[in-house]
Amino acid sequence: MNKTNRMRLSFSSRPENESFARVAVSAFLVQLNPTLEEVSDVKTAVSEAVTNAIVHGYPHGADGEIRLTVTLAPGENTAEIEIADDGVGIENVEQAMQPFYTTQPEMERSGMGFSVMQSFMDELRVESAPGEGTRVVMKKRIA
Amino acid sequence: MTEGQCAAARPLDARRETIMVQIEGELDHCSAGRVRATLDALIADPHVKRLVVDLTKLTFMDSSGIGVMIGRYRQLARRGGTLAVRGVSPQVDRIFRMSGLYQIIEKCR
Repeated sequence: MNKTNRMRLSFSSRPENESFARVAVSAFLVQLNPTLEEVSDVKTAVSEAVTNAIVHGYPHGADGEIRLTVTLAPGENTAEIEIADDGVGIENVEQAMQPFYTTQPEMERSGMGFSVMQSFMDELRVESAPGEGTRVVMKKRIA
Repeated sequence: MTEGQCAAARPLDARRETIMVQIEGELDHCSAGRVRATLDALIADPHVKRLVVDLTKLTFMDSSGIGVMIGRYRQLARRGGTLAVRGVSPQVDRIFRMSGLYQIIEKCR
């Protein structure tokens, strides 16, 4: 199989869906024959991005939609994962990506979400603006 | 998500000053609040000086777990106590290392 394969999911911004998103992505990723470590890396990064959308994109439990798109490119052995929301957006993306930066220290948020995504994936791109939601695109090469 | 997948903290041993607890399942933002509450109840006794968290049965953890660990460490440190973890998987170990948690939390066997 060398043709690109894509799946799209849309789900509510509920914490219960963090696990669902991880499992859905890892099940789809299996087509690239990833190692257990690679699956674990992707699950962790997806969990961080979805959690950010739930906690920061739609703060205070606001109802919202999260869109998850996974594109497998078997010819290049890569998986591209996009997680997008229509939430409040991020005013300063560069600042938000600094390790330990958090706007919710009282909630014991560690501020390590983007650092984990960067560390566990090969590429990370974050597009956001206040009031315009956030789009996180990550790429993982499967050996 | 089924209830069984969510992380749950279960005390293994309590000898007044030292408490050993095991976290099972997946520790993420969804389950962090419940795990935090369980651990806080266990260390509420001011005589508790050391909390050992067994992660052998932890099947997943993201950065939400960092916040849980740092929060418990701070509570214990205020009374001169310590926090230790054991049974750390390679995935969790990587998160602990990259966040510098081992500078304040002991990794024991």
